[in-house]
Amino acid sequence: MKAGELIEKLQVELSAGATGLDNTVDNAYCGDLLSDVMAHAPQGSVWLTIQGHQNIVAVAVLKEIAAIILVNGRIPDDDTRTKADEEGIPVLLSQDTSYQVAGQLFKHGIGTDCG
Amino acid sequence: MAELEKTYTVKPRDFIRAGEVSIQIQSLLKSMGVTPDIVRRASVCAYESEMNIVMYGGEGTFTLRVDQDMIMIRACDDGPGIDDIELAFQEGYSTATPEYREIGFGAGMGLPNIKKNSDEIQVESHKGEGTCLVIYIKIN
Ligand SMILES: Nc1ncnc2c1ncn2[C@@H]1O[C@H](COP(=O)(O)OP(=O)(O)O)[C@@H](O)[C@H]1O
Ligand SMILES: [Mg+2]
Repeated sequence: MKAGELIEKLQVELSAGATGLDNTVDNAYCGDLLSDVMAHAPQGSVWLTIQGHQNIVAVAVLKEIAAIILVNGRIPDDDTRTKADEEGIPVLLSQDTSYQVAGQLFKHGIGTDCG
Repeated sequence: MAELEKTYTVKPRDFIRAGEVSIQIQSLLKSMGVTPDIVRRASVCAYESEMNIVMYGGEGTFTLRVDQDMIMIRACDDGPGIDDIELAFQEGYSTATPEYREIGFGAGMGLPNIKKNSDEIQVESHKGEGTCLVIYIKIN
C-alpha cells in the first residue's frame, strides 16, 4: 500500500514529509536502536520507533524506508520535520504502542508475505 | 563503470548534519548505476563510520572511490583514537554516553555492521592521533 493510506487505515496523524506519501510500504520494522535498524530493517518498510530526533531521517533514507511512525504519542523535533520534508520521508504520529501499531499493520497485510 | 574519487568532511558532534555525507554517497552510487544491493551495503558502512566520527572522533575526512570492480570508503579522523580495536569490533561494545544511548545510539553494532556489509576492512588507530577505517566492497 501507499504510505498515505496508513493515515486513514491506522488513524495516525501526518506530521511531515508529505511528498513521500506515494512511497510504497510492503513491510515493517520496530526498533529504537539506530544501528539495529541499520542492520535489520527491510527496504520499503514502515518504521515504528519512539525516537523523534532528526537522525532518524538519515537512517530512513539510507535504508530506503518508506515512512516512519512515531509511537506512544512521541512528537518529532522541529529539525526532524524539516529534514523529513526535504527528504520526502513521511513522519506519522500514533498514540498507540509499537505492538498495537504493528498488529494493525499485520491485519492490513503489511509484511505478511515477506520472509 | 567510470572511476571516481570524491572527498567529504565530517564535523565531530554535529548531529544536525550527521548522515548527510552518507546520503550524498548513496545518491552518487545510485546515479552511477551501482546495483541496489551494493548501494545498500555501502550506505550502511558509510553511515556507521560517519556516525562514529560524529560521536567519538575528531575532524573527519571521508573519501569515496569507485573503481571498475570495487568501492572504497575511507573514514579518517584526528580524534582520540580507539584503545582496543578488537574490543571495539565486539558486538555490543560501546563507550557511548547515557545521553547518546537515550537517543538510540551506542548499540555497539556500528563496527560489526560495517564488517558484515563489506568485503574487507582495514583499521589503523593510534591513541591521541586518530583513526582511519578503510572499507572495501566488491562491485561484482
Ligand atoms: N572514530 C572513532 N574514534 C574513536 N573511537 C571510536 C571511533 N569509532 C569507534 N570508536 C569506538 O568503538 C566503539 C564501538 O563502535 P561501534 O561498534 O560503532 O558502536 P557504537 O557506535 O554503538 O558505540 C565506540 O563506542 C568507540 O568507543
Ligand atoms: Mg557506531
